[in-house]
Amino acid sequence: MIRFVPIADPGRGRVVWVTLAALIFALVVAGLVFWAAGTNPFEAYATMLQGTVVDWSGWSEVLRRGTPLLLIGIGLTLAFRAQFFNIGAEGQLLLGAVAAGGLALFTPLPPLLMLPLMFIGGALAGGLWALIAAVLKTRLKVNEILSTLMLNYVATYLLIYLINGPWKGKNVRGFIYSDDFPAFAQLPTLPGTQVGWPTLLLGVLLAVGLQWFLGRSTGGYELRVVGENPEAARYAGISVSSVLFRMAMVTGGAAGLAGVGEVAGIHHKLLEPSQISSGYGFTAVIVAWLARGNPLLCLVTAPLMGIILAGGDVLKINLNLPFRITDVFSGVILMSLIASEIFVKNKVKWGQ
Amino acid sequence: MDELISALLRALAFGTPLLLASLGAVINERAGVVNLGVEGMMALGALAGFAVAYGDGSPGSGSVWLGILAAMAAGGLAALLHAFVTITLRANQFVSGLSLSLLGLGVAGLLGKKYEGFPLFGQPNQWPFTIGAIVLALLLAFWLTSTRAGLTLRSVGENPAAADVLGLNVNLIRYGAVAFGGAMAGLAGAYLSLVYRPSWTDGMTAGLGWIAVALVIFVGWNPLRAIFGSVFFGLLYYLQFRLQGKTFIPTEFFGAMPYLLVIVVLAFAGLRGQQGAAPEALGRPYNRGER
Repeated sequence: MIRFVPIADPGRGRVVWVTLAALIFALVVAGLVFWAAGTNPFEAYATMLQGTVVDWSGWSEVLRRGTPLLLIGIGLTLAFRAQFFNIGAEGQLLLGAVAAGGLALFTPLPPLLMLPLMFIGGALAGGLWALIAAVLKTRLKVNEILSTLMLNYVATYLLIYLINGPWKGKNVRGFIYSDDFPAFAQLPTLPGTQVGWPTLLLGVLLAVGLQWFLGRSTGGYELRVVGENPEAARYAGISVSSVLFRMAMVTGGAAGLAGVGEVAGIHHKLLEPSQISSGYGFTAVIVAWLARGNPLLCLVTAPLMGIILAGGDVLKINLNLPFRITDVFSGVILMSLIASEIFVKNKVKWGQ
Repeated sequence: MDELISALLRALAFGTPLLLASLGAVINERAGVVNLGVEGMMALGALAGFAVAYGDGSPGSGSVWLGILAAMAAGGLAALLHAFVTITLRANQFVSGLSLSLLGLGVAGLLGKKYEGFPLFGQPNQWPFTIGAIVLALLLAFWLTSTRAGLTLRSVGENPAAADVLGLNVNLIRYGAVAFGGAMAGLAGAYLSLVYRPSWTDGMTAGLGWIAVALVIFVGWNPLRAIFGSVFFGLLYYLQFRLQGKTFIPTEFFGAMPYLLVIVVLAFAGLRGQQGAAPEALGRPYNRGER
């Protein structure tokens, strides 16, 4: 029998080592899955690295994939610190894209105001989408994992309805999408890449801002108390529901910003949900988890997961693997991370 | 009248995988363990079942019954992973289940690619599954309330510390309950790929696993009520197909309807205070040292 003996003071070094070990373990397991699928795991990993980190075009792909992950991930750190398991970032992102698309295509806004208002509208739409789940949780005790997940499906159908119905583009054949956004509703990108620098900048600023908020402000303190001990929060006169509502607006709002970045920076139109986001909402859960609830650390963990997603793209093209490989990576890494948690705070002893 | 009967029969067909999966989830939740991995375990079951029943593609080279066993084994094994991570390593049950869902969908999609688009020869009849699921629901309802073993299982979910004092092996019982839940999810997957739509396509579980998880809350952890809950959702699926294109309402609305209804249904369960019926220790790992 194995036994776990608590360590009084684990220290930061142990956290780092255990996390690294968990990541390596996950890569080995994912390699076994590759092997079972008839692909040489060494070839797969070599292909992934070659397509991502060896040259600037690879890095630009990592940044393109990492930018939405960063925005969603920092929002999720806040949600997880409040013990609100938001699995619906995918849907919140899509709502952000829908709001941005609506503004870009159908409002006569002055060109200078267009992009800022698209970001604001997208953040509000994503935030409100998350707020539904927060209200259901606090008022009716509806489990937020289920509600946010179901809202993902609803958001998907909403977007498909729009681009297939009232917002359908004029020159659509086969695939469904909207008209192109006007030029002033398209984001400037880093030269030679598809990275919208305003989105990236927003992500970095938000990471710094939310780190400060969590650690230094009253609101952040309240949020942490609600997450760690809701009873104590109530006793201390903190309104748990209003803390959760504000948190939902931020976590959903950040995902909404990511959605704006995708449609205004890369696609310049609304298109099918699976083309706007290939699982950013789920991968960002790992970004937030790896960062252990610290928004600032997402600046490291988001590019890391960006490598996984961009590497997945390379595998799809070069080795003709199905898109589900990113689910395998996400699942294995997340499982291995949470399983390793116990080794951070405990030593393993054998025998009784 | 004929219309009503045919609607009910279709509802039963749609509801069968929901009933199978939610019965399994009721048992593992009654033992105190939440497993959100149902969707992933279903996908694995659907693939394992199809692969074994398909054989090398020629009629008679595979075996449907072995396929069903393989599906249950695949679901059960995946559930044991969840059990190890959450019971022995005491990790967060919700996040573990979520990763199991991703993992199951991913592995099934990756390994199942070579089966995509092939028909299955010798598809089994639906009724043994539907009737079997209903009989199982009745048996489980009786087992939970009126047998010693059922009482034991419930006590492990309600008050693991007290069960431990009585000499029950809390963790072992939870492992068993979780494995059962996984096997049932696997069976539900096999129903999809062998009976309902005898073929394999990626993503064929289409959120049914998540609906099964929500159904458990809706029916208040009660196997008897799970019968009615799954027929109810089956009826919704039936209506979705029946009404599609026949009204001014856009198709996408019908697509979104089951998911919207899960939310509505959970909200109703909350309104009636049904969450109070949840097993007391649900979602919390049992740590002997903290007794």
